[in-house]
Amino acid sequence: MNLFNRLMFLDRRWIFLLLALVCIITYVIPFEIPVTKTNEVRAIYNYIEALKPGDIIHLGVDYDPSSLAELHPMTYAIAEHAFRKNMKVIFTALSQNGPGMVDQAIRDLTDSMKLDRTYNGVFYKGREIKNGEDYAFLGYKPYPALVIYGMGQNYRIPFPSDYYGTPLDSIPIMKKVKNYDQVKCVVGIIAGNVADMWIVYGQGRYNFKLALGMTGVMGADYYPYLNTGQIFGIMGGLLGAAQYEDLADNQGPAKDGMRVQVFAHILIMIFIVLANIGFFMAKGSLMGKEVR
Amino acid sequence: MKRQLPLALVFSFSLLMIIQYFIPHDISLYVNEFLLKWIYIIGIFAMALGIWSLVRVSMAKIKTKKEDWQYSIVTLVSLFLMILFGFDFFRHFFSAEGLKNQMFVHFFDYILIPIQASMFSLLAFFIASAAYRAFRAHSIVATLLLVSALIVMLRFNPYLGPVGAYMEKTASWLLNVPNLAAKRAIVIGIGLGSVATALKVMLGIERSYLGKD
Repeated sequence: MNLFNRLMFLDRRWIFLLLALVCIITYVIPFEIPVTKTNEVRAIYNYIEALKPGDIIHLGVDYDPSSLAELHPMTYAIAEHAFRKNMKVIFTALSQNGPGMVDQAIRDLTDSMKLDRTYNGVFYKGREIKNGEDYAFLGYKPYPALVIYGMGQNYRIPFPSDYYGTPLDSIPIMKKVKNYDQVKCVVGIIAGNVADMWIVYGQGRYNFKLALGMTGVMGADYYPYLNTGQIFGIMGGLLGAAQYEDLADNQGPAKDGMRVQVFAHILIMIFIVLANIGFFMAKGSLMGKEVR
Repeated sequence: MKRQLPLALVFSFSLLMIIQYFIPHDISLYVNEFLLKWIYIIGIFAMALGIWSLVRVSMAKIKTKKEDWQYSIVTLVSLFLMILFGFDFFRHFFSAEGLKNQMFVHFFDYILIPIQASMFSLLAFFIASAAYRAFRAHSIVATLLLVSALIVMLRFNPYLGPVGAYMEKTASWLLNVPNLAAKRAIVIGIGLGSVATALKVMLGIERSYLGKD
């Protein structure tokens, strides 16, 4: 078997091994990857940045641990951005394991918010974020389409009480919130088809400001809604999260992960190019053979 | 009667929901709110049915010692353990505790999250292997797919120097022109198909949800 044939029939275990090595090395060695900011992520950052202290945003945490690597950094970056600017956040979860994700994010953000930080040259003194005053966590309810639809009429229809059993009317930040009209925007961090439901049953019906954060593979599917103005921003995958972290000047797990992603992509592209070189050079002699 | 009654219910409630959608009156909103609550109640029965079905299937597998029956034990133990931790049986009998229970949180943080995250992370390896095998320029269409994929992957690569800006522009064009056109066509098609299916169900033309009997 000549070199070109070998390129065609490379055992996939070599691919696994090299990819694992690239992931481990780039994760262990710290170096900075410059991130290019797109208009669709910038739009979300600029909108939240322009809100006033006391304004309320709704953060939909609609993903499970399987998408944690891509989507958790978005939740952290947006929530911390809002909390640092003294905004209030309503968390909901429309996926079964969403409450655990919100709970983990709140625990980490509570610790992080206690520290003094300077972001984009502005000093923010550390403070304690309090349940009911700075945020409300309404919990999980099944049937996302109906929950989104119901919240448009009144948050109390799908969520008579929050996740911890406190009636919504007893929660200070929820007292002045009836439906989407009282929140400045909804940012859905989503893995799966809940994104369609936010657009159809939420934005389409109640016409509120909606932005979506989603896994990388979903991104391309939602560009039509961006162009029509149904959503005002998209954060796609780890790259989207890294862009938001960069804009907020709050380096987190997404920017760390970008090192791994960039070099893993380069390796995959090298494999694709090599496979094609092998394919063209060995063409004819290999007709009908299958590549393992 | 066994068929007519469900058909009549489906038709009347569909019509009611369509009418109320266009009438933002208090009564209309009340009807909608009332029906939404009913859907949640029905959903709880579905969950009970799901748990019962899982328990029955797993028990049968354990009893007959079918292949990989040991995993059914893990399934049942995990199911009941999480239910147990999800309630606070000792302080407030049968009140939901969920994430207030430390054991529940520990099981979630240190077992469920690593398991699900690891499973999904393995995809990276399979995607790399699949990309190596699938992206071959063996036809014009395959070449287009290959080139587009490479451009979109390369669009934000910081090590491309001056080429990077062109890659970004081309990738942006790919996403905003051909991708958008195809997606719009698909979305409009799905929308029209959904309306047609909904009408078929509403008018009793599509009856598969009633079962065979």
